[in-house]
Amino acid sequence: MFPLSSTMELTQATTLGLALVIGLGFGFFLEKAGFGSTRKLAAVFYFYDMAVVKVMFTAIVTAMVGIFILSSAGALDLAELYIEPSNYPAAIIGGIVFGVGFIVGGYCPGTSLAAAATGKIDGWVFIAGIFIGSYAYAEFLSGFDTWLAASATPDVTLSSLTGIPMGWFVLLFIGFLALAGWGMSLAEKKFAGLRP
Amino acid sequence: MSSITATSAPAGTATKRVPAPYWNPYLAGFGLGLVLLAAYLIAGRGLGATGAFSSVAAWLANLVSPENAQASAVHARYLESGSPATAWLVWLLIGSFIGAAVSGYMAGRTSLTIERGPSITDNQRLVLALVGGIIAGVGAKIARGCTSGQALTGAAVLNAGSLVFMGAVFVAGYAVAWLFARKEWL
Repeated sequence: MFPLSSTMELTQATTLGLALVIGLGFGFFLEKAGFGSTRKLAAVFYFYDMAVVKVMFTAIVTAMVGIFILSSAGALDLAELYIEPSNYPAAIIGGIVFGVGFIVGGYCPGTSLAAAATGKIDGWVFIAGIFIGSYAYAEFLSGFDTWLAASATPDVTLSSLTGIPMGWFVLLFIGFLALAGWGMSLAEKKFAGLRP
Repeated sequence: MSSITATSAPAGTATKRVPAPYWNPYLAGFGLGLVLLAAYLIAGRGLGATGAFSSVAAWLANLVSPENAQASAVHARYLESGSPATAWLVWLLIGSFIGAAVSGYMAGRTSLTIERGPSITDNQRLVLALVGGIIAGVGAKIARGCTSGQALTGAAVLNAGSLVFMGAVFVAGYAVAWLFARKEWL
């Protein structure tokens, strides 16, 4: 039954319309969570307000539980889901570079959009930066990109790596969320004095 | 007397609307998770924010010089999948912008401002936002995704590379935050 993209013939207009609707929800909840505020995002790195991490972990666990339940019930075909091929050196190098950009610029791509949508000039400037960065990457690093694509392994998940069924990882992530939630509330108290 | 006038200012003087508080993070996260789940159920793939920029960049490069654009494997890859006007990620991003604008407007959070830490100037903040955006843009291209397309989307299906990416982002973010960026934010 799911994903619809592999069980139904969707016209291009329908597909793009659905993208727009999903985007509406994405932007709405990002903004409601406070992701349009650069100081709320940066706060995570100084522990005095961990809301952004709480939102992110909760979103991951919510989607993971939904995917697990629906696939266990036979309503969702896991094999039809697109999983970005894994390339560990690229994930580590890209992650480090991205993390530096995140704390220096105060946003990530999705959150800069939420900031720009609520009038933050620094959000618009960050967006201009992402555009310059992705343009420069295509111009100067396309050879590197070809290597990256060639050396990535498709469909590597924790389950396929370890042979442990997805359900155990879902339980692990739920436990981790509960534990992290408790730890983050302690950290927020301890570092409350850092709030500018 | 002065305290009375201060606390009971006549109606109309305080016209600036007080923004609504942000949602409880677990509730907002649950909503965001349902959106991510919906993306998987409908499109068979998760969310993403950076791909749309590459799509537009390729389209622009092709306008300027088709030969030059084709010479880049990255531009060529995005050109092959068609114009930005028919790209899934571009419509997703347009929707996100509208969704955030609606939410922010309803909550009274929309205003033309520069948000920054208390110890730097507006101009410094804009320079840092531009530099950070460029660095994050390059990083997201190297990793083939950002916090949306890799961290959020990949973690929900236990994608090993995505989880490694997320770890690297946090390690680098915390290191730079405490070693170099305290003056920027605190």
